[in-house]
Amino acid sequence: MLEVRNLSKSFGGLKAVSDASLDVPEGGIVGLLGPNGAGKTTCFTMIAGFTRPNEGTVRFMGQDVTGLPPHRICALGMIRTFQIVQPFAGLTVQENIAVGAYLHHHDRTEAMAVARQVGKRLGMGAMLDRPASSLTIAGRKRLELARALATGAKLLLLDEVMAGLIPSEVSEIVGIIRQIRDEGHTFLMIEHVMQAVMSLAETAYVLNHGKMIAHGTPKELVQDPAVVEAYLGHGAAARLQEGHHA
Amino acid sequence: MKPQSMGQAVLIGLALIYLASLYFMSSPVWMGFTINALIVAVVALAWNITGGFGGMASFGHAAMYGTGAYASAILQVQYGINPWIAFGAGIVAGAAMGAFIGALAFRYGLKGSYFALVTLAFAEVLRICASSFAITGGGSGLQLRLEPGLSTLQFNDRSVVYTILLVIVALVMALTAWLKYSRFGAYLIAVRENEDAARALGIDTYRIKVKAMAISGAFAGLAGVLYLQVWLFIDSAVVYGSAISIEALIGPIIGGAGTVWGPLIGTLGLHLLGEGAKHLLHNAPGLNFVLYAVVLICALRFLPQGLMGLAARIGTFRKKEDDNA
Repeated sequence: MLEVRNLSKSFGGLKAVSDASLDVPEGGIVGLLGPNGAGKTTCFTMIAGFTRPNEGTVRFMGQDVTGLPPHRICALGMIRTFQIVQPFAGLTVQENIAVGAYLHHHDRTEAMAVARQVGKRLGMGAMLDRPASSLTIAGRKRLELARALATGAKLLLLDEVMAGLIPSEVSEIVGIIRQIRDEGHTFLMIEHVMQAVMSLAETAYVLNHGKMIAHGTPKELVQDPAVVEAYLGHGAAARLQEGHHA
Repeated sequence: MKPQSMGQAVLIGLALIYLASLYFMSSPVWMGFTINALIVAVVALAWNITGGFGGMASFGHAAMYGTGAYASAILQVQYGINPWIAFGAGIVAGAAMGAFIGALAFRYGLKGSYFALVTLAFAEVLRICASSFAITGGGSGLQLRLEPGLSTLQFNDRSVVYTILLVIVALVMALTAWLKYSRFGAYLIAVRENEDAARALGIDTYRIKVKAMAISGAFAGLAGVLYLQVWLFIDSAVVYGSAISIEALIGPIIGGAGTVWGPLIGTLGLHLLGEGAKHLLHNAPGLNFVLYAVVLICALRFLPQGLMGLAARIGTFRKKEDDNA
């Protein structure tokens, strides 16, 4: 569904992402991991059209979308969410979701009906008339998901939806993401919360210093020496191995 | 357009009672004063589209107001075009000027005070141009020939003028209400609240902002043409001067930016206040602006949502959960 090939981006002399490639199959949940500053969000901004890559291509459903503006990419069915959630504070929850729904439903009554339906599907039925600014962090994360879903997008790029949530909220969102996937959506997600990645993602990519260093199932990745070193520092894998043997 | 609370209903009621009372007062002074206030209210409603809903605070709505007035005046005075056609042309010219300023400013991503400064610069440049060229009448301005009649859109009877203005203000407010609850309005508010999130949700934010400037420009141009048709004379200081730009933004901010009634209520309130002060302090020139400044500072400090926002908190109709929004 999504093919990213040899994506590179530099800011001045800093290579934020170099030669990164990844594939997201239809109906899959793919993780994008890496320590802070690895270039994950930069990768996302390029895929979703917010920044133009220096090199490389992004193909979505067989179509080259490299360098297209975000609104065009969104209209094709790929949408990103933000790490720092930002609801439209002056609007109610339902109106917030309706902003997403307006993409394919130009009429207000229709868009609001779609918003109500999406909101209920994500367990936000009771909050629909509340101002979005009154939501808790967990509520805002849900709203972010609901808004994205309401656009009718097929592929959702989630940037750390679990960050800042307590474990019980994480398992709720995990359940919701599974449910949405089963309804026919595809996910590419940046995630730090390993509990979520381990239980959700079928495969994951690991970025470090802007380069893809590993790809595999989450189980394989946690045992990959290169991944362990990326997170814990040079030589950590060897020390862990010794620890196991001792 | 419906009031959401007892407080808002009272505020709107007071404004309507004042506007209706003029039919019974038969005071040409108050009539002339309110006619002026209503013309300013149309510019305030124009500013409200971009500044209130879109969060793009312009400091130069005179650019569109003056362009509307001059376009109509030039067509009538220099080319002898029918006033009705000139009226329409003034609105179109205002819209075009708005779209042009918006397209330039937003192409370069200008926001906040940078956008405000660029709009102010446009208005000032236009003011200087209008006072320099022969086609705009140079420093002496343009004067319409006095020819009362429906075909010339000039009316001797002040109460007819007043009624026409009331209808136009009501129409502009109805359009504002319709816009607010349309897809375009939702997109405009989304752009104001968070432009990046709006872009991610498939909104072409550049197009939305330029469109908002065009609509706002059309309303401002309309106000300019109304001024011309009522007073039959314009010059560069009157229609391109920064006074009108300031009045365009101060009314909505006091009354409640991003509301349908706010711009009208804020403008009426301010004009009454300014007029009262003038009488009390024996016509000291420019004093109304000193007063406006004080009121503006107080409003920004204590009434972030203006009078409509304040009134919304008094006697809310709908029972709401306790939230601090």
